[in-house]
Amino acid sequence: MDAFIVITLIKAFVVFAVLMTTLAYLQWVERKVIAHIQVRPGPYRVGPHGLLQPLADVIKLITKEDLIPPYVNKPLYLAAPFLAITMALLSISVIPFGPVIEVFGYKTAMQLADLNIGVLFVLAASSMGVYGIALAGWSSNNKYSLIGGLRSSAQMISYELPMSLAIAAPLLISNTLSLHDLVMKQQGSILNWNILHGPFPQIVSFIIFIIAAFAETNRVPFDLPEAENELVAGFHTEYSSMKFASFFMAEYANMITVSSMATLLFLGGWVAPWPAAYGSSLVPALIFAAAGVVALYHGAHAARQRDTRTLPVFGIIFLGIAGIFLLPMVQAWLLPLFWFCAKTGFILFAFMWVRGTLPRFRYDQLMGFAWKFLFPVAMLNLLVTGFLVAWVS
Amino acid sequence: MPITPDVILFVVFALIAVASAINVVVQTHPISSALSLVGVMGSLAILYLLLGAEFIAAAQVIVYAGAVMVLFIFVIMLLNAGTESKKGRSFMVQLLGVPLLVALLGLVAFFVQRIYYDTPRETVHFGGFTGGSAQDIGHALFTTYLLPFEVTSVLILIAIIGAVVLARKEME
Repeated sequence: MDAFIVITLIKAFVVFAVLMTTLAYLQWVERKVIAHIQVRPGPYRVGPHGLLQPLADVIKLITKEDLIPPYVNKPLYLAAPFLAITMALLSISVIPFGPVIEVFGYKTAMQLADLNIGVLFVLAASSMGVYGIALAGWSSNNKYSLIGGLRSSAQMISYELPMSLAIAAPLLISNTLSLHDLVMKQQGSILNWNILHGPFPQIVSFIIFIIAAFAETNRVPFDLPEAENELVAGFHTEYSSMKFASFFMAEYANMITVSSMATLLFLGGWVAPWPAAYGSSLVPALIFAAAGVVALYHGAHAARQRDTRTLPVFGIIFLGIAGIFLLPMVQAWLLPLFWFCAKTGFILFAFMWVRGTLPRFRYDQLMGFAWKFLFPVAMLNLLVTGFLVAWVS
Repeated sequence: MPITPDVILFVVFALIAVASAINVVVQTHPISSALSLVGVMGSLAILYLLLGAEFIAAAQVIVYAGAVMVLFIFVIMLLNAGTESKKGRSFMVQLLGVPLLVALLGLVAFFVQRIYYDTPRETVHFGGFTGGSAQDIGHALFTTYLLPFEVTSVLILIAIIGAVVLARKEME
């Protein structure tokens, strides 16, 4: 019992620390990705390749003056960012990053809590997250904030429906609500993942889920709640310093949550695309080794003066990571973690890719799309899946 | 009754539920009242969870605290409803309010007392109920309670169609 409490506390601390670092660096990755899509270098001045930019941003946000306008509804104005970040971080507690592993003789899952209603828990936390944004918009007592808050709550209520229906279809196949069991049912190869799994491959559900996920997290092309050219900054116009940062972190934490959910529900979680017997355990080492060689090559033929010093260091780090992936004692937990992060990371990259590519929806198009197209398609998909599952079993 | 963590949690969240419920009535601003109602729904969900009904708890949060109350708050925000005045109460309310409240609380206390002493204590204890998983609820809904379930879904369908008809009449 005591060991359980100690291990859970350690896990909670590790997950929190890693998540916070990821949130900070995700923003650096996004700025870099969008910069390269738009053919410019992006953050480059603070540290090598702008790697210390997130640190500088954190210092800037903490030390900024915390303004509270006199006309706001103070209790709700203060509660809103707290609510948003709490609900965003809550869902991470049920996301499994890997299978049950053994650490110093104790068996423990790479997950904070394996609830048998894990999927519903994530849905509940995300539906409570609407309050943070709606209340922020209302309590600010500002027309731009109010319109942003209204838009976002209407959008999130509307897109929650197709999202839930899209989630329900793979659940029919897997027959469980626990996120851990959900992945265990998809083991084997890529053909057992829910996205390709018979009797009815869930590609349609996956696409609906991803579209709804973009809307739920208020991302481009569904970022009308904070459309800066018409609403200043939307619901967080009146927020500054760490309160603004809370909304920012909540948005990125929600992105991580929905990407992990897509990975767990459709892409087989931490399962490798093909069995280890056919060499899937060598893939991470090969990828990192290739990255290391490329970095070393570019370090030797550097285009910029600074790169002659930074790129070889990166190359050696990548080669070191490749070596770690070959150690047999860490492979049991490192390989599942790699596949989970790779799949989640790919979906996160898709978020940024779309942001760098697509323009914004018009508001009536956005609502019409959710109710007149996405909802019926999700309903039909659920119906067909249900019939096929009943027919097969 | 021994004081276990379950009992402490029950007392804490029962108190939060009652306090939020009183706050719904006391607050003059609609948004504050609606948020207090969210507090009631949330604490009820935790009470369900303590009793072992995890599916009901999740459904309570998703449907009531998540969907219904967000819609309430959305409408209040859309209409930009202001603070209500406390004046203009009828004479009956001022005269009979407090005695009726006392009478109601007395009745509730009386029945709680009776139920508590009439039933054996083993039936009500934390963790005693295990039929609250999604599988159990689904099984019960589609076997024992199939007719009520289907009748309810037809009722909801009628309500949806009615709402669409009314909204369309308004638009024309």
